[in-house]
Amino acid sequence: MNQRGRAGGFLDLITRVLGRDEGSRGTAKERLKLVLIHDRASLSPELLEALRADMMKVITAYMDIDSDGFKVEFERQDDAVALVANIPIVSVKRHA
Amino acid sequence: MGEAIVITSGKGGVGKTTTTANLGAALANMGHRVVLVDADIGLRNLDVVMGLENRIVYDLVDVVEGFAKLKPALIKDKRFDNLYLLPAAQTRDKNAVSPEQMRQLVGDLKEEFDWVIIDCPAGIEQGFRNAVAGADRAVVVATPEVSSVRDADRIVGLLEAHEIEKPLLLVNRLRPAMVKRGEMMDIDDIIEILAIELLGVVPEDEGIVMSSNRGEPAVLSDRSKAGEAYRNIARRLAGEEVPVLAVAEDGLFTRLRRLMGWSG
Repeated sequence: MNQRGRAGGFLDLITRVLGRDEGSRGTAKERLKLVLIHDRASLSPELLEALRADMMKVITAYMDIDSDGFKVEFERQDDAVALVANIPIVSVKRHA
Repeated sequence: MGEAIVITSGKGGVGKTTTTANLGAALANMGHRVVLVDADIGLRNLDVVMGLENRIVYDLVDVVEGFAKLKPALIKDKRFDNLYLLPAAQTRDKNAVSPEQMRQLVGDLKEEFDWVIIDCPAGIEQGFRNAVAGADRAVVVATPEVSSVRDADRIVGLLEAHEIEKPLLLVNRLRPAMVKRGEMMDIDDIIEILAIELLGVVPEDEGIVMSSNRGEPAVLSDRSKAGEAYRNIARRLAGEEVPVLAVAEDGLFTRLRRLMGWSG
């Protein structure tokens, strides 16, 4: 363990000498990218409602859904944002 | 018919007022007719940065409310006959003016001047909406810090919502030595993140503090690196092709050259 720690320190030194260590610049850039993914993914409630209505229109062409239980939300995890829709199905239309 | 440009940023303290003063003085020095509008109602500062605080009689709210005519409210600059300031009201708040009134005011100014440069207050509320109402274009000022770039991104989105397309980026207070050490975001990092066109880069410069102490824009000094950067940015705004120079580190040689009066 001890030896590996020392080897790691040596590697650190080499990367720093070779200029591959990014310093806080890289950290700043990564943090910014992440925070902006979240910032930019914020839709106003009106737009989210419009999106929900449009999605419902498309989906009801294929199946009957429970419109009251139909929810669309943004879900945030460490480094990504997902649009998550929960659509309870009442029945699937039969196609010839 | 002139052009109205709003200087904005979202975050406070990144150099909007300094940028407004310096671009105005530089454009006036190039022979253009320029008026600076301080839209930061309640917190006026452009007057002191320009050294014109003792000459104020009327302000923007007086004009909008019809208490004063536009021409007598404009303060002529000490140094340039073709540079004017319309100061903000200090004892009123931003709700004293509406976006429609600002649009009218800026439209009137565009009849008389080549450039109307609007100093936007920090924030995204009523003051921002007033400041951008009459603007044709926008310059977004950001420093190479996470908080500033984040706010700039928000402003870019809001400008689009106000139908001001293609805002221009001004990166302020860049410290080349820190960029070189990998401890500060570079211009390319910021452009990549914001995805807007770069207007120019202004290096961190003690001269800015000194010039605002004196109330004299840094573009009037041959020794100020920031002043030189602002002069280049003004020429670019006016449509000249001026390459964005790599901001050199302030080494012994460049300092010597500046002392001897050769601009780098």
